[in-house]
Amino acid sequence: MGEEAQPARTSAEEMVAERGEYRYGFSTPIEADRLPPGLDEEVVRFISAKKGEPGWLLDWRLAAFRAWQQMEEPTWPHFTYGPIDYQGVSYYAAPKQKPQSLDEVDPEILEMFEKLGIPLQEREALAGVEPTIAVDAVLDSVSVKTTFRAKLAELGILFMSFGEAVREHPELVRKYLGSVVPHTDNYFAALNAAVFSDGSFVYVPKGVRCPMELSTYFRINEANTGQFERTLIIVEDGAYVSYLEGCTAPMRKDNQLHAAVVELVAHADATIKYSTVQNWFPGDKEGRGGVYNFVTKRGKCLGARSRISWTQVETGSAITWKYPSCILQGDDSVGEFYSVALTNNRQLADTGTKMIHLGRNTRSTIVSKGISAGRGQQTYRGLVQINKKAVGARNYTRCDSLLIGGACGAHTLPYVDVRNGSATVEHEASASRIGEDQLFYLRQRGLSEEDAVSMIVNGFCREVFKELPMEFAVEARRLLEVSLEGAVG
Amino acid sequence: MSETLLELVDLHAEVDGKPILKGLSLALRAGEVHAVMGPNASGKSTLSKVITGHPDYRVTGGDVRFRGASILELTPEERAHQGLFLSFQSPVEIPGVSTAVFLKAAVNAVRRARNQPELDAAAFLRLAREKSALVQLDKELLSRSLNEGFSGGEKKRNEIFQMAMLEPVVSVLDEPDSGLDVDALRIVADGVNALRSPERAMLVITHYQRLLDHLPADHIHVLVDGRIVRSGGPELAGEVEAQGYAWAREAAAGAAP
Repeated sequence: MGEEAQPARTSAEEMVAERGEYRYGFSTPIEADRLPPGLDEEVVRFISAKKGEPGWLLDWRLAAFRAWQQMEEPTWPHFTYGPIDYQGVSYYAAPKQKPQSLDEVDPEILEMFEKLGIPLQEREALAGVEPTIAVDAVLDSVSVKTTFRAKLAELGILFMSFGEAVREHPELVRKYLGSVVPHTDNYFAALNAAVFSDGSFVYVPKGVRCPMELSTYFRINEANTGQFERTLIIVEDGAYVSYLEGCTAPMRKDNQLHAAVVELVAHADATIKYSTVQNWFPGDKEGRGGVYNFVTKRGKCLGARSRISWTQVETGSAITWKYPSCILQGDDSVGEFYSVALTNNRQLADTGTKMIHLGRNTRSTIVSKGISAGRGQQTYRGLVQINKKAVGARNYTRCDSLLIGGACGAHTLPYVDVRNGSATVEHEASASRIGEDQLFYLRQRGLSEEDAVSMIVNGFCREVFKELPMEFAVEARRLLEVSLEGAVG
Repeated sequence: MSETLLELVDLHAEVDGKPILKGLSLALRAGEVHAVMGPNASGKSTLSKVITGHPDYRVTGGDVRFRGASILELTPEERAHQGLFLSFQSPVEIPGVSTAVFLKAAVNAVRRARNQPELDAAAFLRLAREKSALVQLDKELLSRSLNEGFSGGEKKRNEIFQMAMLEPVVSVLDEPDSGLDVDALRIVADGVNALRSPERAMLVITHYQRLLDHLPADHIHVLVDGRIVRSGGPELAGEVEAQGYAWAREAAAGAAP
């Protein structure tokens, strides 16, 4: 018997392909107020007027728009995609009902966020358990609800939508807007500056340690809409904040454009921890649909001994173009970048970081873990720049790639630019495949092939996951499992 | 007579198109310990991988039966769930996955498959403490990445520790003595001996009689060129040690069709 008998097995790729279903792919019928597709100065003026903005902000937007018109879309990323029709996108969509309190938030919206696992109810603290997270929920172009605002305000912490900040604290917005990512910074940042519709704003005053995680949850709901949000976080001397960002979108057969900007400012002895779990719709197995994710994220360690730490888990989007960076201006300031990026099926990612050392004894750490499966292609692109005055600067970079199956690719492009002889720069890189022997070992002990792959991948990402707040780490692991389903073998 | 737990029937197997096992038959009954001895490249490790279902090895003829039923169509994990365990000659390292996390998942996967209640963290740790003492495994190793940075002896002891945790029906031990000094060998052998029982059977693969001094086998088989050329009682190990495998090779040549 058993002439050709072989242990039953499926390839990793088949598994990912069959089971990797996007569970946030529903869309919700919400009455929306939206602009027809198209982009010109009138659209910029319309958005600004719709939001009741002061003249200086409109001027800033217009300057950005004019700069954008002169700029060219970057072609250097290590991937290609069909041309984006910027005139085919609607630049403003908002739920029609403008809520004044939670009671007035459209129940459809509440339900949608509930379905996503994002609580918009400020649930009563039970048996002395303090709430650990406050949420700003952004649906398409606008913030629909920010929880725990009042509680945070008691400590002097401002946590609100960008639009509200412009109205209530224009002096702070004006002082810091564009101070880290100028409106002419790059093609996508300029586009965002021209048409951004909302986003989150955080201000933590001197010496205050923010007692809960602040979180923004982004959701693209409307079809054929771009999402252009802006986040601005300012942390004063000796203060601390941990900020989380999550993103999902419905499954659409057309690509959706997302071009966000995040600016962080850390004053002396301040710490900002910024964590992202990005799960935009990645497109289907053949690469149809999915979000084009072009994001500019940058933090400035303005004061001495300040610290900015980026942690990202990127599993979504058809295309990801994103380099969360740190400008280490204050002496002894610290920049960190911990990243897990996964590309499966036809996903493409060109991601990494820039660490710009300006101050003395500045330190940076880069830990990048790339996982490629299916026909995914992934590039780590990083810059470590040590400037003349950055005496004693140090960088440690580690880039690891894990390949699952034979049709994917991983590329590492580290740029190092040292203009100071006292600097120490270390770079380590590795690329490996999940070994048949590793899988067999775990399966021999009783784990399914899928669980075995998931365990190996989680182990590979452990250095990054341990940087995430606990609830997020659990979410990240689960997300990785879902994204890898059908990918492994 | 006690139940036959594992039976190999005229087993033929190849790897990368190269035939390695060429008609191997063997039966392990409950309570028995069998040893397979043989020179390098005789097919010893292949035997262990074929029994446990490594996907790189292709069975081209014959059968592997577990408790009377063929398991050739089963995945490695399904075989493990039924109670097959392999102590690896060279256990792999899995960076970032702690031994405890891995083993708790494995123990519970096996328990689920056997319709036993899963162990919670406390129950698992209690059991792990008890079983790790069996092979004097440093408990600190439980929180380290699986086999990463473990010494050769620690890796081997970790294999026997896992065997104790998973409570297999049939264990295949692929050279559990390789690379061990006498003291480490004794610890491993004592651990294995403690797991002998009338309900279980073990298949020990080794080059050397040395191991069998500490881990006595009821039956010895000499494997040469993919076939068992001689079987006998414990005394056969001494003969092999005294005469080497040259005579066995000749015997194999003589027996070849």
